[in-house]
Amino acid sequence: MNLEHSQPLEYSTKQNDLNIFGFWIFLGAEIMLFATLFTSYFVLENRTGSGPAGSEIFEITPVLIETLLLLTSSFVIGLGIHAMRLGKTKAMISFFAITLLLGLGFLSFEIFEFVHYVHVGAGIQTSAFTASLLTTLGTHGAHVTFGLFWGTAIILQVKKRGLTPETANKSFIFSLYWHFLDVVWIFIFSFIYLKGMM
Amino acid sequence: MEFFERFAIPHPSPAIYASMVVIALTVVAIIAGLTYFKKWGYLWREWLTTVDHKRLGLMYIISAILMLFRGGVDAIMMRAQLATPDSKLLDAQHYNEIFTTHGVVMIMFMAMPFIFGFMNYIVPLQIGARDVAFPRLNAISFWLFFMGAMLFNISFVIGGSPDAGWTSYFPLAGTDFSESVGTNYYMIALQISGLGSLMTGINMITTILKMRAPGMTLMKMPMFTWSTLVANLIIVTVFPVLTVALAMGTMDRLFATNFFTSSNGGMDMLWANLFWVWGHPEVYILILPAFGIYSEIISTFSSKNLYGYTSMVASMVIISVLSCLVWAHHFFTMGQGAASNSFFSITTMAIAVPTGVKIFNWLFTMWKGKIRFTVPMLYSIGFIPLFTIGGVTGVMLAMSAADYQYHNTMFLVAHFHNTIIPGVVFAMLAGLTYYWPKMFGFMLNERIGKWTFWALSIGFVLAFFPMYITGLDGQARRMYTYSESTGFGPLNMLSFIGAGIMAIGFVLIVYNIYYSIRYAPRNIGSDPWDARTLEWATHTPVPEYNFAITPAVNSIEPFWDAKKKKHVLFPEPLKKIHMPNNSGMPFILSAIFFVWGFSFVFAIWPLLIISTLGIFACLACRSFENDHGHYISLEEIEETEEKLGGAKK
Repeated sequence: MNLEHSQPLEYSTKQNDLNIFGFWIFLGAEIMLFATLFTSYFVLENRTGSGPAGSEIFEITPVLIETLLLLTSSFVIGLGIHAMRLGKTKAMISFFAITLLLGLGFLSFEIFEFVHYVHVGAGIQTSAFTASLLTTLGTHGAHVTFGLFWGTAIILQVKKRGLTPETANKSFIFSLYWHFLDVVWIFIFSFIYLKGMM
Repeated sequence: MEFFERFAIPHPSPAIYASMVVIALTVVAIIAGLTYFKKWGYLWREWLTTVDHKRLGLMYIISAILMLFRGGVDAIMMRAQLATPDSKLLDAQHYNEIFTTHGVVMIMFMAMPFIFGFMNYIVPLQIGARDVAFPRLNAISFWLFFMGAMLFNISFVIGGSPDAGWTSYFPLAGTDFSESVGTNYYMIALQISGLGSLMTGINMITTILKMRAPGMTLMKMPMFTWSTLVANLIIVTVFPVLTVALAMGTMDRLFATNFFTSSNGGMDMLWANLFWVWGHPEVYILILPAFGIYSEIISTFSSKNLYGYTSMVASMVIISVLSCLVWAHHFFTMGQGAASNSFFSITTMAIAVPTGVKIFNWLFTMWKGKIRFTVPMLYSIGFIPLFTIGGVTGVMLAMSAADYQYHNTMFLVAHFHNTIIPGVVFAMLAGLTYYWPKMFGFMLNERIGKWTFWALSIGFVLAFFPMYITGLDGQARRMYTYSESTGFGPLNMLSFIGAGIMAIGFVLIVYNIYYSIRYAPRNIGSDPWDARTLEWATHTPVPEYNFAITPAVNSIEPFWDAKKKKHVLFPEPLKKIHMPNNSGMPFILSAIFFVWGFSFVFAIWPLLIISTLGIFACLACRSFENDHGHYISLEEIEETEEKLGGAKK
């Protein structure tokens, strides 16, 4: 474990460097995953069968709230990483906790939204359009859910072990993941909701 | 009892019952053997928990050879069925199941792990690294592949084989036309092993880009390492597409969604497109590392450096890009219109150009070289003309207008076997023979090896060239029989004879391994082939830490330079070495994945929920675990080096 003091803690060992690099490659694969989901969605978008179309079921209010919650959480986790770089463990933990709470808020609204879709007759079995809509949203939502558990595990570790090269590395990688989910959401917001409502 | 009825075989036959007995006996024999020889502890400590890239590589290769025989038996059954007209050996349903499993097993569970085995074993040695970037992730990759393969392989005795072809086109693969759980097995088993492949992709890219020995710039990497890098970039690009396609297929089958159905807006061609967006690059994931192995072998046994290194690299990169732009050539006849057919025709034909560049580079490497006709070299020399024929028929198939004649005929079957067998299978056997002494410390018998090569080559030509003719005459693929009046009988009989000769070749490989274990001399040193790259610069058997001292690299062939040009390979003093700890987690996690997959296949929801929680529990354990690996002390290294014949200089 060679500590290189000119570098941030999360990059300070060789293994840390590998972990971050590997995670970027993983995010590349994730981009392909969502790209495939989006492509399939665009192909199936107008194939609504006997079910409703997007313009009939999308509602702007919950979607706007979700967007606000997730974008804010992405900003807050950025503050968290900034606090980590300054070595302020407590501030960092607080920012991470706020991030996860905002994520939880996002998720609650998304669940509410899904219930609404099923309620208006747009369940996953209704048509090719609803299947691909709910799968794309659901994959993103599942990522957020996974992130909530992952983030909690990281907060607990930082609390227990303090900021070590290992915990800093994990926190940084988690922040990359969280920002990525935000980017995906921006595409969902623009190309699924806004496009569908126009 | 109602619960157990779902595990019954929907379409049984005496052969399947016999297989059940054989499988049961094998399992009992393995358990009894391990208990009798008290090997459980050894198995757990040395193999099931290992994170060593070399051991994982060996396990990949062993699994691949086992799967080769499973897929080979399928192949023999198909050829036996088709050997005579109106044959009643198999019925249509069994034939469907057999060609499906043959395809899936050979591509996903034979060729892929064989290649992963070589990547794992060779790449860290070639770049002078101690292990891969993420050793434990590497173990998870292997065990996920292994559990996926096992899940797929039990299908024919529990619940029924998949029978919709290895492409599983919808709506055929949907629940309306494939009622048994067979296609569920296909979707879930490929999902699990595909997850492993994706992780290997991430691992290998990180390893190659970040862990090369000092001095090894990108353009000084050995060709096999380059091919591994390019293949893994393709893996990371296209495997997520398969993930999504399989997930949608699973949902269509289990949750009655309408992605690929014929009602409520579903679109069956979406599956075909997604499948081949993954499926076509997949064949380049297989062939590029094979090209890499040929490059190493041809250079070594021509006693020359590789001709046209830069153009080799460039053509691989170009192939990798083009490979993602050709997928629609698999369904020219399915009505996407002249413009897109033309586009995919041209991109497909364009792939012949970089491939041709590589063929000429190999020929020029041999040109005026001092060629040694060893077994690996024979495979490589045999590969060039045979593969070229496969490539040329590929260009024929690429012409979309003409494809209406070839589509879904035996001509196509002949074509892709003509590229995969001399291309990939020969490369794997060449690589196995070439790297065998590095892996096990003795060489495979050359005389038996040459017999094997000739049996496989002659058998291959006899088995597949007749299919070009019957295919052009209109024999459709995947048809379980044909009438005598078609006149296909004699040529199919010839194919059957060829398949038999190939089978003899594969049995000879096993005999060769047995014979060489017993009789081969053990005093062969660490460089028996007079090779050129770093993997031969360390001891045989390779110590746990690969290189006691990280090698210094000056050129594409540092080991050759060390032997001939007085390059100092190991300039630094010995230092203590950091190594990762073994872990049982990858095996346990993957075993839970097996249960997860099984309960998914049969829609046993409570078990699915429990195993899902188990998977997350494993991940949580890993997250909270404090594992910093261990150090190998200086004394220990010196002792090991002494035992292996002194430190390498």
